[in-house]
Parts: sequence; C-alpha cells; structure tokens
Amino acid sequence: MSELFPRKQVMGFVFSLVLTAAALTVYFLDVSFAVGMTILLATAFIQAAVQLVGFMHAGESEDKVAIYANIYYGIAIALVTIFGTLLILVWDM
Amino acid sequence: MDYFDRFAIPHPSPAIYASMVAIGLTVIAILIGLTYFKKWSYLWREWLTTVDHKRIGIMYIIAALLMLFRGGVDALMMRAQTAVPDNKLLDAQHYNEVFTTHGVVMIIFMAMPFIYALMNFVVPLQIGARDVAFPRLNALSFWLFFMGAMLFNISFVIGGSPDAGWTSYFPLAGNDFSQSVGTNYYLMSIQIAGIGTLISGINFVTTIFKMRAPGMKLMKMPMFTWTALITNAIVVFAFPVLTVTLLLGTMDRLFGTHIFSMTNGGMDMLWANLFWVWGHPEVYILILPAFGIYSEIISTFSRRNLYGYTSMVASIVIISFFSFLVWTHHFYTMGQGPLTNSIFSITTMAIAIPTGIKIFNWLLTMRKGKIEFTVPMLYSVGFIPIFTIGGVTGVMLGMASADYQYHNTMFLVAHFHYTIIPGVVFAMLAGLTYWWPKMFGFMLNERIGKWAFWFIAIGFNVTFFPMFFTGLDGQARRMYTYSEASGYGPLNMLSFVGAVGLAIGFALIVYNVYYSTRHSSRNIGSDPWDARTLEWATQTPVQSYNFARTPHVDSIEAFWDYKKKGQPLFKGSIEKIHMPNNSGVPFIMSCIFFVWGFSFIFSMWIPAIITTIAIFACMAHRSFEKDDGYYIPVEEIEATEKDSEVLADENR
Ligand code: HEM
Ligand SMILES: [Cu+2]
Repeated sequence: MSELFPRKQVMGFVFSLVLTAAALTVYFLDVSFAVGMTILLATAFIQAAVQLVGFMHAGESEDKVAIYANIYYGIAIALVTIFGTLLILVWDM
Repeated sequence: MDYFDRFAIPHPSPAIYASMVAIGLTVIAILIGLTYFKKWSYLWREWLTTVDHKRIGIMYIIAALLMLFRGGVDALMMRAQTAVPDNKLLDAQHYNEVFTTHGVVMIIFMAMPFIYALMNFVVPLQIGARDVAFPRLNALSFWLFFMGAMLFNISFVIGGSPDAGWTSYFPLAGNDFSQSVGTNYYLMSIQIAGIGTLISGINFVTTIFKMRAPGMKLMKMPMFTWTALITNAIVVFAFPVLTVTLLLGTMDRLFGTHIFSMTNGGMDMLWANLFWVWGHPEVYILILPAFGIYSEIISTFSRRNLYGYTSMVASIVIISFFSFLVWTHHFYTMGQGPLTNSIFSITTMAIAIPTGIKIFNWLLTMRKGKIEFTVPMLYSVGFIPIFTIGGVTGVMLGMASADYQYHNTMFLVAHFHYTIIPGVVFAMLAGLTYWWPKMFGFMLNERIGKWAFWFIAIGFNVTFFPMFFTGLDGQARRMYTYSEASGYGPLNMLSFVGAVGLAIGFALIVYNVYYSTRHSSRNIGSDPWDARTLEWATQTPVQSYNFARTPHVDSIEAFWDYKKKGQPLFKGSIEKIHMPNNSGVPFIMSCIFFVWGFSFIFSMWIPAIITTIAIFACMAHRSFEKDDGYYIPVEEIEATEKDSEVLADENR
C-alpha cells in the first residue's frame, strides 16, 4: 500500500499551500515594504522550485542534466539582467 | 461617421493613396485568380493547413522575400530623399515613418522568418528526423508570424505607420509624443509575431534535443544544427523579455499606466533598458544561423571537413551567454556612470573574441582546400572581409568613451549594416541557393547568380562605406535632410547610387528564379553539390516522411563517409511510418489573432473581448481534440523509394 500512496506529491502539495499562506500574511500583517517584498520573493522562488521538482518531475527523466542546465542558465541570465538593470538605473545613475 | 475617423491616416499623401489602390487591386487580383483557376481547395489542403516542416519552410521563404522587397522599397525611398541636400521628396513625418517601417520589417519580418525558413527546411533533415517535435505548433508559429507581419504592413494605409524608430523608445513612443495609432501597430504586431517566434524556439530546442537520429551525439551534429540549437536557446531566454516589454508599453499607451512615462513615478529609461536586454541577444539570433550556413557551405565547396569543430561549438556556446551581458552598449550616453559603462565596454569587447575565432576557422577550412566558387561559396567568401569590417567598427563603438562621438551617427548605421547584410542577407541568399535544389528539384542559374552577387556585394559597399565618413563628420542618423553647407551631399549621392546597384542585384535574383524555373534541368539527382550532411541523403523532392529508413549516424559527416568510405547509413527494412494530420486550426487561430491585434490597436473593446474568448476556444478545442495522425503503409513507401539513388546498405 505504501508504494501506491503518492507521499512525495502530497507533501509537496501541503508545502506549497504553506508557502501560499506565508505569502498571504504580507497582506494581513502590517510589515514594512522591504520585509514584505523579501517574504514575497522568497516564497515565490521556493514555490517555483517545488513545482518544478515535485510536480513537473524535473529530475526524473534521462535528460535531467539538460533540464537542470537550462534552468541554471535561465537563472543566471535572469540574475544578470536584474542586477545589471539595477546597476544602470539605480546604483550608478 | 466619427467612429470611422480613427481609420483615416493622419498624414496622407498621393503616394499613400496610390498604395491603397495598388493594395486593393492586388488583393482583388489574387482572389479572382484563385477562383478562376479553382485553386482554393488546393491552397487550403496543401498549404494553409499543412504541418509539414518543409512546406512551412517554403512559406516562410516566400513571406521573407516579400518583406525583403517591402523593406527594400522603404530603403530606396530614404536613400532617394537624402541623395541631395534639402530634398523635398519626403517630409520629416514621412521620413520618420519610412525608417521605422524599414527597420521593423527588415529585422522582425524579413530576417527572422528567413532564419526560420531555413531552419524549418533543413534542421529536421540534417538530424534525420521525420518532422519537428510539435508539427502543429510549428504551423501556428508560422501563421502568427505571418499575421503579425500583415498587421504591421497595413498600418500605413489604415490609421498611420509607427514613427518612433524600430527601437520605439518611450517616452517618445508614448501617447504624449506619438498620438497616432502607429505605435500601437508596432506593439501589437511584434507581440503577435513574437509569440510565434517563442513557440518556434521551444519547438526547435525540443526537436534537436529529442529527435536526432540514433548515434548522432551532440558533438556529431552538423554545424548548422548546432547554431540552430543555440539560436533557439537564445530565443527562449530573450523573447520573453520582449513580450513583457511590449506588454508594458501597451499598458502605457492603451490603459493609462505610467511605467515608461516621465511623471507619476514612471521610469523613462526603462524601455531602452528592457528593449536592449532583448535587442542585443536578438542580433546574435540573427547572426548565429548565418555562421552555421557558412560553415556548411565553406566545407562543402572546399571539399574539406570543417576546421576546429570543437572550437566552433565552444565559441557559439560562449557567444550565446555573452550576448546577454552587453546590452548597455546601445545606450552608453543615457546617463549612467562610468563604472557601468566600463563594465559593459569590457564585456562588449570580450564577445568579439569568439566571433574572431570563427573567422579563423573558416579561413583555415579553406586553406589547402580545392575551392569551387559556386554562388553560395561566393557569398560565403564575400562575407568574411565585409563582416570583419562590421566587427571591427563594432569594437570601436564598444569603447564607451569613443561611443559618445559615434553614437546615433551614420557611423553606427554603417556598422550594423556591415554586420547584418553580410551576416543575414548574404547568408540567407547563400543558403537559399545552396538548398534550392533540395527544395524545388532544380538549380538556380549560376551565371545570373554570380551577376547578382557582384551587384549586391559592390552595391552594398558603395552604399554603406561612405556612411562611415559622413558619420565621423557628424551626420546624425534618422535626419530627413541636411544643408548643402554641411558637405554631406556628394557621399550621400554615392550611397544612393550604391542602393540602386543593390536593387538591381535583387531584381536579378528574381529574374534568376523565373529563368531557372523555365530553363534549368530537372535531372540533377539528389545530391547535386556533392555535399556532406544528411539532408542530401533524401530523395529530391523530399518525400513527406523525409527518410524511408531512419539513418544511423557514426560520424560528424555521416553522409560523406557513407559516400566515400562506405560507412553504413540506412540499416533494417522499411516499416510503416507515423505522420501527423494536417489542421486548419493554426491558420484560423492566427486570423483571429489578427482581428484581436487590430481591435487593440484601435481600442475597440468589444471585438477585443470576443476574439480573446475565441483564441481560448481554439486552445480548448486542441486540448480535447483526438488526433492520432495516420500511417503510411510499407507498400506505398516502397513504391516511392523504388528509384531513390541513396540505397539501403544491403542493396549497395
Ligand atoms: C564584434 C561584435 C560586435 C560589437 C562589438 C558590436 C558593438 C555594437 C555597439 C557598441 C553598438 C551601439 C553603438 C551606438 O549606438 O552608438 C552596436 C549597434 C548595433 N549593432 Fe553591433 N556589434 C557587434 C556585432 C553585431 C552583429 C553581429 C550585429 C547583427 C547581426 C550587430 C547589429 C547591431 C545593430 C542592429 C545595432 C544598432 C541598433 C540601433 O541603434 O538601431 N552588431 N553594435
Ligand atoms: Cu549590441
């Protein structure tokens, strides 16, 4: 029976609900803008990771390497773009 | 009638009215022609609903060539206007509209489809596949691009063209400074075409990763396939930025947000920033497939394998990453500090290194080769010195402090034409001539082709080289005229003469197609160039299923080794082949997208809502549709393969 029960999926589901609830607290609690954004960003990224690994099975096929390489590549480019933009328009303007 | 006033053009002129009439007459002529020759059902069955990558490729070619001529006419108009000082052929407003249209048409609606034309036709054949991974999405990509292009092209007769440059910088492009619907056309049509491109990007990455013939490891892929893979990877990462940027611009113009405005907390430089986050990778999207095409052609006509395959692969992979690290070099003068400019100067110069490596690879491939100067080879050899000038001037522009001098002058215009014309136009003409026999079953005439090449190569240099000098003398880009005292007159006249030479070259290519269709031999076999890669191992014309037996690949140049060393290629017996069904949904859905875009452009909300629902309905239809494709039986394949020249191993 235990093989039939999708334990990982259920755990993932519960975890993603918890993350959603955590994000929602930003609306109800009276926190500063910086703290609120931090919570939102952190929960958003963890949420995305949970979805990719838990529900979209990123690590379970033969092209695991290609999939993760693409994800890391995407993250690298996103970070460069965001920090580059901050540098151009805010920090060094 | 007030409702219809919005469709009037804000700056009419006799030329525009004449174009309206011409467009109307052409449409009527096409409709009558199709009806008279009873071609409607043929058109629907064989083309509008096709999901065959080869036919989609050919439709891309036709569309790209049409757009090449549209953009070319714009170019001639600009060169005619600036040929003499204080010219009155076009006024400032028309000149703005013409250069904007020229830029958008050439980059988004000519260069991009041309690249996808050749990738569509060639990549599945080169990797020994039956089609792309998602044939129906592929059709959707094409039709979205096509409808985007058509939408953009009607702007000058309905409502007015965009006039803020192909870069469409806000706040200039915002409602305050661009009141006509022109910029809405820009935003919506590029959005629609861009979605198509993004879908293609995913489709081709998947195809190349998942559908290679057995034995074709990544490091055994032909160079064009490698560049296609990397290009599409850049598309997947860069195009979402464009999508979002266009969306934000649309919000500003249609829904009154203040993202790119100068007031209410808007950030007026953010558009330029985001545009180039997409824009610089985009120029590498344009150039990398060209590198692949040249690699194939140079090694075929030097009769040698490509020199330094691994370093070639490494350099395109590095380029793909670096292309995301340099975007600021397009706006050094925008006001950010020297720290930022220095960082991006260094990354910009670094990207020239892998590009340079490739130049040496091609030169070393030709060294000691038995070079045969066919038309595709002429373009490839011509590309090397011309592109080098483009690259060197690029490095000059890349030095931030020097760029304060060059920025937005004709020097910049000369730079990017020196990269894009040899890098895209030459490559596409070379590729088209090279793969033409596989597509259509006959060769293009070599003599006319060579005349066309010389007209284009010389015409190009005569047009654009003078711009380096006028630019250094201070002639700004995008100015509709200049005074006699500035002294720019003679060199601009020279540019005009060159532009006429270019036009003659392109006319010769059209004539060549006509001439060769009538006179070329149809008896050319399936491998007329004695080439090296798998696409030449198919029959001519290529059957719908591409390969009767799946090829088994053991080396980089599997077909060459099959021909010369007797290395086995096709093993096993013919089996029934599974094929996808045609579908009209991509075409219909894209037509709906056309109306959708049009409704947004003119803020007509009811049709906008209806078409949005219709688009989702099309997607829902696809989700619930049961479509298992069909099988081609063995007997039928054997019948068509009877007189194939490329024999299965046991029959050799
Ligand atoms: C050696 C590599 C290259 C370097 C270092 C380089 C550098 C630059 C720089 C610094 C600019 C901005 C200049 C200014 O606005 O003042 C620029 C503009 C441009 N480059 Fe390049 N470039 C290179 C290759 C290419 C290639 C391969 C293409 C296209 C296939 C290309 C297309 C363009 C275009 C379209 C623009 C101008 C866009 C506009 O403002 O309308 N470049 N390049
Ligand atoms: Cu750039």
